[in-house]
Amino acid sequence: MTGATIAEPREYLQAQMRWRWGEIAFWLATLLPFVITPDYLLLASQIAIAGLFVLSLDLILGFAGIVSLGHAAYFGIGAYTAGLLSKWGWGEPLSGLLLAACAAGAFGYLTSFIISRFRHLPLIMITLGIGLLLQEAANSASWLTGGFDGLQGIHTWPIAGRFRFDLYGYAAYAYALTVLFVIFLGARLLIHSPFGLALRGIRDNSLRMRAIGAPTHAHIRTIFTIAAMFAGIAGAILAQTTETVSLEVLGFQRSADVLVMLILGGTGRLYGGLLGAIVYMVARDQFSGLNPQYWYFWIGLLLIAVVVIVPNGLLGGLSLLTRRARAAPP
Amino acid sequence: MPPIFGVLFDGVAYGTLLFLLSVGLSVTLGMMNFINLAHCSFAMLGGYVTVTLMNGLGWAFFATLPAAFIAAAAASVGLERVFFRRFYNASDLEQCLLTIGIVFVSIAAAAYIYGTDQQPVQLPAFLRGSIQFAGLNFAAYRLFLIAVAVLITVVLVATLETTRFGAQVRAAVNNQRMARGLGIDVDTLFAITFALGSGLAGLGGALAIDLVGLDPSFAFTYLIYVLIVVSVGGLGSIGGSFAAAMLLGVGDIAGKYYVPAIGSILIYLVMTVLITLRPTGIFGRR
Repeated sequence: MTGATIAEPREYLQAQMRWRWGEIAFWLATLLPFVITPDYLLLASQIAIAGLFVLSLDLILGFAGIVSLGHAAYFGIGAYTAGLLSKWGWGEPLSGLLLAACAAGAFGYLTSFIISRFRHLPLIMITLGIGLLLQEAANSASWLTGGFDGLQGIHTWPIAGRFRFDLYGYAAYAYALTVLFVIFLGARLLIHSPFGLALRGIRDNSLRMRAIGAPTHAHIRTIFTIAAMFAGIAGAILAQTTETVSLEVLGFQRSADVLVMLILGGTGRLYGGLLGAIVYMVARDQFSGLNPQYWYFWIGLLLIAVVVIVPNGLLGGLSLLTRRARAAPP
Repeated sequence: MPPIFGVLFDGVAYGTLLFLLSVGLSVTLGMMNFINLAHCSFAMLGGYVTVTLMNGLGWAFFATLPAAFIAAAAASVGLERVFFRRFYNASDLEQCLLTIGIVFVSIAAAAYIYGTDQQPVQLPAFLRGSIQFAGLNFAAYRLFLIAVAVLITVVLVATLETTRFGAQVRAAVNNQRMARGLGIDVDTLFAITFALGSGLAGLGGALAIDLVGLDPSFAFTYLIYVLIVVSVGGLGSIGGSFAAAMLLGVGDIAGKYYVPAIGSILIYLVMTVLITLRPTGIFGRR
């Protein structure tokens, strides 16, 4: 193989890695809540947590094509790990995050051996089954998890011994946003690496990837474990900033919500999920006066509309519009 | 009644209900590979039709059953024409999302119209008591349920095995493209099968009220059971669905009766393990 053929894909990847103005503007805008809407910082921290969780799902669904209806399992393991650590007297947040990531990652690694072998309906059923199984197990093990009442007595120590979690959510949002940004950088590196390209290859045609010698199962196991770790970190931040963990962190509703956010924003684009999380969480906050059951009416309609009208989500629709605008004669 | 026998009897009755709810989905999934998570919404519709006709208009219980069947079948045909039809070749994710959206809307609509309470239903007198036989007590309604399910199974199997329509359905389930190539109008066939399957679910929903109750969460709670039956039994296999429904029905009742502490864990565990070992289901061919 000559040098030129190797250099080309490298250049392609490097071109993908370059920061665009839109991206820089987006991350600067995430700082705005501190200034403009200081009353909504708690909501902003919830959005950042949801954004991290969506990012984790996007890695497996958007980039590797693995549909999961039970992704809350990994979120919940992270939340319970961080919560239990704190309850047992170790409330240091950063090491809590790390251990939660390890716990969720370990479970993700174990389950990835099953996940990587299946597609279509069996895959959907298995992810659903794992999610339900874990929720029932947590419900039964009430001596450990507190069952329906939730985990009580969590106390998170100040970050780095200095920044105390306040009532207004300054520290919570700063903390969640920082972690989200760091993990986003990691995910961005990951998907623009040769490994990321291989994942997209598996998503688009796993048979051909296997034919050219790519270890598809091993790749899926790797990305699934990484995604599980990210989900665990998101769960841990929720446990640490709200200082409570309930069974709901493992629930199917959470798995469905995160899927809705990702689809709403657009899969396989990293920013799609973040945008979806913002739109979804803000809308839910605005309509929170509504009975939750009526809220699901609108979510259901939204889902149908997204799938029927803009199958690639908001970002997909947006990029289609801009491409059309550019292609149109002046 | 000795516990073991009572558990078996209740389990079988519950299993027949699950079978009625899921057999339609099994056949349509096997034929079109369309993941219809809204299947239990049709069942719920059937249930609410029965409740409305009985409590609002004073119909007899038996008169409402065909109405439940027809209402669910009609609703499913409407949705199939408007939405589902366009998504047969879409990814499974899109199918899931579309149908989950319909589930959410149906749950909210049911809660809006009927509230979130359990709906009462007044059975005719002869279905309310129990029947003594060989020193054992049998709840009349459960016997009735089992009889209905057996009847429907016989009719279904006979239709599938002996009629021209049944042969076409089997051909389409086995190999959709080949069936098309042979000149079978798979789209029309599918629309009919879809309507019949959803109608059976509607009937199941109506029959379920007295056994498991009816509230807006029905569309969701039983969706999971139905999916378990379908994927464990194998797509497109009536015998497989029946066996899986019995297994699940007896297993669920027995689990809740003997080991309440781990209740549903057992069911989910068995399902996950079974699908891991046999992704096409116990009786699945594909």
